[in-house]
Amino acid sequence: MPITYTSGEQVEVYRFSIPFTILVPVTALFLQAWLPRQFPFFAMFDLPLLVTIFFAMARRNPVSGLLTGAAIGVFQDALTGLPIGINGIAKTVVGYGASSLGVKLDVENAGARLLVTLVFYVVHEIVYFVVARGMVALSLQWSWPHELGAALANAVVGVLLYLALDRFKQRT
Amino acid sequence: MESVLGRYKNLIVLVAVLFAQVLGLAVQVKRTTDTESSRLIRVWAVSAVTPFEKVLVWVQTGAGNLWHNYFYLRGVRAENRELKQQLEQLRLEQIRLNEDAAQARRLQALLGFKEQFISETMPAQVIGSGGSEQSRIVYIDKGEHNGLKPDMAVITGTGVVGKILKVFRSTSQVLLIDDQSSGVGGILEKSRLQGIVRGTPAGEVVLEKIMNDEAVQAGDIVRTSGGDRIFPKGLPVGVVTRVSNGTGSDLFLNIRVRPAANLAKLEEVLVVTKVEEREPTPAETSPVRAADILSQRLPSVPDKPSLEPSPSTSAGTRATQATPAPKTPDKNSVPGVPQPNAMKAGEGTAAPLLRTQTGVSPKASLPGTTAPNAEAAPAALKSAAEHKPAPSPIKVAEQSPAAPKAKPAAPPAVPQPAKSQDGQQ
Repeated sequence: MPITYTSGEQVEVYRFSIPFTILVPVTALFLQAWLPRQFPFFAMFDLPLLVTIFFAMARRNPVSGLLTGAAIGVFQDALTGLPIGINGIAKTVVGYGASSLGVKLDVENAGARLLVTLVFYVVHEIVYFVVARGMVALSLQWSWPHELGAALANAVVGVLLYLALDRFKQRT
Repeated sequence: MESVLGRYKNLIVLVAVLFAQVLGLAVQVKRTTDTESSRLIRVWAVSAVTPFEKVLVWVQTGAGNLWHNYFYLRGVRAENRELKQQLEQLRLEQIRLNEDAAQARRLQALLGFKEQFISETMPAQVIGSGGSEQSRIVYIDKGEHNGLKPDMAVITGTGVVGKILKVFRSTSQVLLIDDQSSGVGGILEKSRLQGIVRGTPAGEVVLEKIMNDEAVQAGDIVRTSGGDRIFPKGLPVGVVTRVSNGTGSDLFLNIRVRPAANLAKLEEVLVVTKVEEREPTPAETSPVRAADILSQRLPSVPDKPSLEPSPSTSAGTRATQATPAPKTPDKNSVPGVPQPNAMKAGEGTAAPLLRTQTGVSPKASLPGTTAPNAEAAPAALKSAAEHKPAPSPIKVAEQSPAAPKAKPAAPPAVPQPAKSQDGQQ
């Protein structure tokens, strides 16, 4: 599963239609809020994060990646009872990192996507943990086995999701 | 300058966005309530997501109703019959409980307690969740339009669920009791120890602030204490599953509680919209002697029967009233076979009531009361027992008057006639 470096000319940058750009994050937020009531185990997945990573890797623009992450994260916080900004900060960092990585690496193949999603899930959780404990004084517990397991599960679901969303990419 | 800005444009934008969010977070954490801007964001996010949730829940409910009402009607008649029988039994149980509750109210009135009653509730459907493991909240389909307000208690038929955290136009956010920021005043049913029921980051429910030297056991029921002024007193919160001593210098027990309500499978809930605090009414606060309460519970002393044989029905009735568990054998009865007459619906249902009421309840006995009537009670029973073998047309019963007279009847004189009847049978 080679991860190849690509030159700037070889990188393909994609864009998406405006309805798609709005509908997909809203659908992800809705499913994240609704599915755990039906299937409690679903709370371990983070669909808005997967959507953030997808858009960041596809657009390959750090500014649009971080802004997308910030918007999705803030709206995700608004649905919880916690202060707004915890998910926003974490997804801003992930959006910036995934789009910056997308510029330098070929992240179109499934293996690369799996690894990128796994790594950025852990990064997201670390940032979330630090902000929640440090700024909001939430008493969270960190468990490496739980986080790594959730990261793997999210990575697998993410790869499948990206395959479905790839159909809506538009080349620039 | 321009080259620096151009070179580090992405980083500068990242830092600016992060800084703005950190600032917003700091402002929210400092204030106790939402700022205008953060509330707007919440309103927008909730307005964007909850309509889809409502539609989905409506479709789900409709499909479920269609299945249950049109396709799954097997065994409905048998189930209906069974449910009617259960209903009858529950009604009888309710009668008994009403009596106990009335007595409790009278006694509380004597002590001048104020009670809280749930006077109004509003049913609501759970339409979604917060979607995060760190924030255990759910959304219900009732909001400001329906008269809901923050800090209203939310319950189900089995127990406490949580309280309303935020109210929007047509939805509300409910903070569950297993959320780490939740706190409910709790009291152990048996030992009456009071503590605070909290959630943990892992989603468990614990009872805090119970000292290490207190006796708490697994299986103890936890109820609301009413001290938080949100949940009325006495509602079931959960059951203690594990108790362990606090670690290190911790003075308190670690008590795990399993919630009474199934928080993972909430579908319909009740929002307590009105709680009344009722003081005892003048009728209840009028002086009531303990002896009067006791006398209401005792069976009435039958009149002394005349020497002439009286009709069997009236004698049987008097005998029934005199004894808690009457069994008047029929003239044509087969010995040893329970008779339908003895188990008529009225008598059958009255028997348990009488049985519970003839016992001297500890609640009814107040300290400091002299008991001339209490002394009279066993005497009444005694006289009732002596007069129990009333003349009746049944051969067995006619022979019985001799037997009790031979023995000075003790208050629990019920078995004697049966013994004599059995012996003679």
